[in-house]
Amino acid sequence: MKTNLKQIKEKVIESILMLSSAATSITVILIVFFLFIEGAGVFSKKPIEDGFLLAVAADNPVKKLEPSQIKDIFDQKIKNWKEVGGKDEAIVLFRTSDISQYYTDEELGENFEYFPAKINELIAKTPGIVAFFSDKYKAKDFKGRELDIDRIKVFEFLSGEEWFPTAQPIAQMGVKPLIYGTLWVSFGAILLALPIGLAAAIYLSEIAKKRTRSLLKPLIELLAGIPSVVYGFFGLVVIVPLIQSLFNLPVGETALAGSVVLAIMALPTIITISEDAMRNTPRAMKEASLALGASQWQTIYKVVIPYSASGITAGAILGIGRAIGETMAVLMVTGNAAVIPKSFLAPVRTIPATIAAELGEAPNGGLHYEALFALGCILFLITFGINMLVEMVTNKQSHKKH
Amino acid sequence: MHKIESKNVNFYYGENQALHDISLSMKTNTVTALIGPSGCGKSTYLRLLNRMNDLIDNTQMSGSILIDGNDIYAKNTNVDDLRKNVGMVFQKPNPFPKTIYENVAYGLRVNGITDKKLIEERVITSIEQVALWDEVKDKLKKSAFELSGGQQQRLCIARALAIKPSVLLMDEPTSALDPISTSKIEELIYELKNKYTIVIVTHNMQQAGRISDTTAFFYMGELIEHDTTKTIFTKPAIKQTEDYITGRFG
Repeated sequence: MKTNLKQIKEKVIESILMLSSAATSITVILIVFFLFIEGAGVFSKKPIEDGFLLAVAADNPVKKLEPSQIKDIFDQKIKNWKEVGGKDEAIVLFRTSDISQYYTDEELGENFEYFPAKINELIAKTPGIVAFFSDKYKAKDFKGRELDIDRIKVFEFLSGEEWFPTAQPIAQMGVKPLIYGTLWVSFGAILLALPIGLAAAIYLSEIAKKRTRSLLKPLIELLAGIPSVVYGFFGLVVIVPLIQSLFNLPVGETALAGSVVLAIMALPTIITISEDAMRNTPRAMKEASLALGASQWQTIYKVVIPYSASGITAGAILGIGRAIGETMAVLMVTGNAAVIPKSFLAPVRTIPATIAAELGEAPNGGLHYEALFALGCILFLITFGINMLVEMVTNKQSHKKH
Repeated sequence: MHKIESKNVNFYYGENQALHDISLSMKTNTVTALIGPSGCGKSTYLRLLNRMNDLIDNTQMSGSILIDGNDIYAKNTNVDDLRKNVGMVFQKPNPFPKTIYENVAYGLRVNGITDKKLIEERVITSIEQVALWDEVKDKLKKSAFELSGGQQQRLCIARALAIKPSVLLMDEPTSALDPISTSKIEELIYELKNKYTIVIVTHNMQQAGRISDTTAFFYMGELIEHDTTKTIFTKPAIKQTEDYITGRFG
């Protein structure tokens, strides 16, 4: 009887443990699934604002245009229909606000009640027109033809160089500047953090006296616990003005400022992980080296660093991982201009910062909203790749030890 | 003249005094065995001879140790040069995670030797010196970890010999090895005696009896007795030594 009870108890505990791990795994899978489902939406929608349409004259042979062509038309880079495969006819741009150039207020009516009819008339009598207006102004006996717009393609999404999701008539969803911004800032951060972090790790594990170490280590670990918004604030108040005056810039909010802040944030990760790896170097190895007349420095770079190389790499990669995903601090100091950066002294915008800044103003379920999810997918893939890399590197390490 | 001469050496780990007033001298090209129960200070003393204890925080030393008449604890002593002259073999074989060749070449490289021919020559002679050449000549480029424990220990001795020390310190070099490997290393020590001054810490009384010329008995951080091995093992002057050697305590 007693053993039976014990068995039941163990079974219950076992199933609780199993349930917790199952719940965790399912949650993770669901989040990723949700992210990709939402993100994929951007490729199944037309990149025009809901409830708006582009209309051309009924006899215009152009049936369908790519988003980039429409953009060029409205930017007046394309001025003739023959450039997009139509007749030799000058393109006449029409936005709703242009109506006053054609009709007086009286003709449109007090409450714009004649608006649809007038647009209809205008489209019918202007063969070269391309009109962008709300479909509530589309007349019942519409004489023009609605222009078909191509969906955004994955390649365009990735390689587009303009990020302007609220642009009219066509949203510009090129994530290249954001990917570049993310990579620039993270790369700069690692470039700054790695040498300093490595130096600090070597000092802590090999040179510092026990007491110094026991003072410094918790201090460095404390750095990891500071909320990122505080780092952002520090960056905004200290680093941004410093960079501005140091390089004599009009604004200090640059990729460099982001890199510096991220470097500070990545330091604890890099230092703690590489220091642990270095301290794991067997004492016998270090003593063997020293006993052969190697100096302390020779021992550090010929024995300690090679021995802990994979730990150091893991620390560096995890540091980058943190830098890539970091949102708040970067948002506060990088200036957030979605352009491909030309130097570290130019403002940039990163993927996480874009998501955080724009999600609030993107209508739920709309194209912009889905584009932000697609950004999230890209970010997820990058960090996922980084984690895989760490896994591989640390696996290699455990092979080496056995 | 003595090769190694220590005078009134005291050593402390923090508050804890590990060595009390040790005065001990060793002649050139002899083997001295340091014996005594665990924690008696014999390893601590051995590690003072190449300043290995410098690595340990919060230690203190007084007295003087002379090697070839030079105070190795003098301010102007170059510790790296000292360790080049005073090689050390550890209790557990500790080859580097490198190839067999690179293990032996390591000491040469860190001491600034870049001439490839010279390095190769020294690597080969050193491996031959420890009678390992026939066993490893075909796998010099393989990891040292592929060797057996006994081979690894001989490789570690070769590594120490490659930089041409004049003193060789051995901290229980056979305690992790099987009897056959042990006897090989004992033979090796016997041969090396012609060229090197050897100080060996051992827990194995028979080993001390077989290979050493003089034996020093340590107890509780004090040097109880130091004499020729024959005297120590046959008619020790002090009762404690006799008790230890005959296995009555320790």
